Amino acid sequence: MPEILFYVFAGTAVGGAVGVVLQRNPVGSLLFMVGTLASIAGIFVLLEAQFLAAIQLMVYAGAIMVLFLFVIMLLNLGHDYRADLKRGLGAFLAFAVTGALGGLLVGQLGGVGENPLYEYLPGPGELDRVFAADGIVGAIARPLFTDYVVPFELVGILLLVALIGAVALAKKGG
Amino acid sequence: MLTEALVLSAILFVIGTFGVLVRRNAIIVFLCIELQVNAVNVSFVALSRYLGIDGQLFVFFVMTVAAAENAVGLAIIISIFRHYQTVDVDNFNLLKW
Repeated sequence: MPEILFYVFAGTAVGGAVGVVLQRNPVGSLLFMVGTLASIAGIFVLLEAQFLAAIQLMVYAGAIMVLFLFVIMLLNLGHDYRADLKRGLGAFLAFAVTGALGGLLVGQLGGVGENPLYEYLPGPGELDRVFAADGIVGAIARPLFTDYVVPFELVGILLLVALIGAVALAKKGG
Repeated sequence: MLTEALVLSAILFVIGTFGVLVRRNAIIVFLCIELQVNAVNVSFVALSRYLGIDGQLFVFFVMTVAAAENAVGLAIIISIFRHYQTVDVDNFNLLKW
């Protein structure tokens, strides 16, 4: 059953991603992106990352996509139906780079099962032990506020800087 | 499910790269960068299932940094739109004006 669900979510994620690239209307692209992000949240649940799935839905599919929608509507781009694909050399380069990168990545990551190091991975039971000890949220919270407390505080400062920077950049005459 | 998740991550990353290279609307280019970030998050989560909880913490930090990057990036797009009246990336060839 989890395998079937995985393939359903993977299919909708890839379909949504293709829709994001091919849709002409920016608002349509955005809605496809929300579908992709929701599917990825489903995949997170199947991969035992329930807390991240909730964060993904609230922060990404909720807040960030609404921010994009605000900008599209503020700039009045919702009715832009002209094709905006690159032409000529740019398009050729895009296809070449994408083909090379796709072959490389899918080939390398698809061959993980044959990698000799694969045998030494602890296996899917690793997370169950942590979840049993601390609970699903506690398993993330404990390292976040002990081992990773300095990066956590730095990320807080980064968000403050980004907030001030965004206001300074976007204000009239800025 | 590790191999399947990693292949899914590779496919999403490649689609995102294609979008970044082939679209000219700056907002769609930005959306495709988000797609790449999410593809990497999928592989982090898939590997964290085998290697311990640290991968999920990395995804947490990636999401926070991506949120900050979005706020600044969209502000830059708004500021460029005020200047050029368009968000077509082919017109953006100056760092300062």
